Amino acid sequence: MLKIENLHAEVATADGAKQILNGLTLEVGAGEVHAIMGPNGAGKSTLAYALGGRPGYEITQGSVTFDGKDLLDMEPHERAAAGLFLGFQYPVEIPGVSNVQFLREAANAQRKARGEEPLTGGEFLKLAKEKAALLRMDMDMLKRPVNVGFSGGEKKRNEMVQMGILDPKFAILDETDSGLDIDALRTVGDGINSIMRAEGKGVLLITHYQRLLDYVKPDKVHILAKGRIVKTGGPELALELEREGYEEVV
Amino acid sequence: MTDLATLPTTRDEDWRYADAAALESSDAETLTGWTEIAVPAGESRAESRDVTGVERIRVRVGKSGKFELSAVNAAPGYARLECEVTLEDGAHFEFGGVTIGGGNETREFVTRCIHVEPNATSNQVVRAVHWGKATGNFLGRIEVVRDAQKTDAAQNFRAILLEKGASANTKPELEIFADDVKCAHGAAIGALDQMAGFYMAARGIPPEIARKLQVQAFVADAFENIEDEALGERLLERALSVLEGAQL
Ligand SMILES: Nc1ncnc2c1ncn2[C@@H]1O[C@H](COP(=O)(O)OP(=O)(O)OP(=O)(O)O)[C@@H](O)[C@H]1O
Ligand SMILES: [Mg+2]
Repeated sequence: MLKIENLHAEVATADGAKQILNGLTLEVGAGEVHAIMGPNGAGKSTLAYALGGRPGYEITQGSVTFDGKDLLDMEPHERAAAGLFLGFQYPVEIPGVSNVQFLREAANAQRKARGEEPLTGGEFLKLAKEKAALLRMDMDMLKRPVNVGFSGGEKKRNEMVQMGILDPKFAILDETDSGLDIDALRTVGDGINSIMRAEGKGVLLITHYQRLLDYVKPDKVHILAKGRIVKTGGPELALELEREGYEEVV
Repeated sequence: MTDLATLPTTRDEDWRYADAAALESSDAETLTGWTEIAVPAGESRAESRDVTGVERIRVRVGKSGKFELSAVNAAPGYARLECEVTLEDGAHFEFGGVTIGGGNETREFVTRCIHVEPNATSNQVVRAVHWGKATGNFLGRIEVVRDAQKTDAAQNFRAILLEKGASANTKPELEIFADDVKCAHGAAIGALDQMAGFYMAARGIPPEIARKLQVQAFVADAFENIEDEALGERLLERALSVLEGAQL
């Protein structure tokens, strides 16, 4: 359902464009969960941003198709409406805009783009309550400005509440497990399974640790180094990495 | 009648950022006249303006009285609201203002807040949002006379420029002749937070709605302390309505 071929991407920096992705190829089928692991600075977040269409991230070569459509041809908000969800490694704070307002605008903008009726205030709140409960997040937090003053772990949990409300077809989760305490990790793992483990859905899980993969079992594990996939294996590859480190395995 | 000698020009301190051409075509009475308001001791008075053209308000607030001024300056031409407030013992002045708009226009607020007796407080919050070749200004002067101890005066100006050609000016001026006073002022001019814009897009929010949410959050600061909440809402809506028609 997500097919990335020979992707080359540059990031705009203070000293000009810097090439980060160097011919990355990867395919995730419907109903699958793939994990991406790799050393710091390998380009994992760059891949996530490039797929999300972040300004300043230029694709210089290659292609990405999502459900048969050219993903790179769509604006960032159109990619979301098409069913792509990006869980941020560093969720962004938006002062003065409440989570509820933000998510209701988001849900209804997506529905509008798909030609569906908007959710009423009541319908939205019911959905929000249900997903907040699933992720064990206090409803009061949803009334606060988006991520402002949230702890690191609360921000990650909030990403998953958002994913639950928006119910995407495909999620790219960039280190959603980083910063979570042990109980929160299980809650988030269960949340990912309950929201995304379904026919016709897919997940790309970027992580540094085996632990999340105990809860969300990957079909495949890829190692990303220096801007490309250098090794692919089954779940055992993550265990091997945990034991031996990148230098031994790659 | 028009007396050329008294017409202000941009060489005058208080008019330095004004639209010179607009000044020349205005009559002296408008530019130099005042609407006078007296707030009796212990009473409250609120005024609100949808600014068009030039208006000047001069207020004296009696002991422990309160004067609240709120305004949106989104005029289709040069527009200026000027307010001179004199505060007696324990009086308070609250000002919330927004300049917003595009085009080639200059929209400005000019305040002069005079603390003539002790214990008076003032709080001024101005937000500016501009695009095209528009300019937004806030000139705020605070004067604290000798013996006006325990004065607490705060001023905060922030501007967001949505396009390169737009600009904003601020010029806080403090003249303080008492020693036991608190005067705080802050000013910042910037652009919309791009990362927040991308975050919203990643959740499916199109750029024009993302911009509106961000501007709404930004501008709302100015009306946070307005006592009449419904009035605050109306001012916010008025300010945002300008953004809706903007070609950005
Ligand atoms: N704006 C920028 N300016 C300069 N270098 C950048 C910029 N953005 C990214 N890079 C560089 O691109 C490389 C890849 O960064 P990226 O964030 O994709 O790594 P990552 O694999 O996600 O690492 P981590 O595991 O630490 O999150 C890094 O070397 C980083 O320094
Ligand atoms: Mg990263």
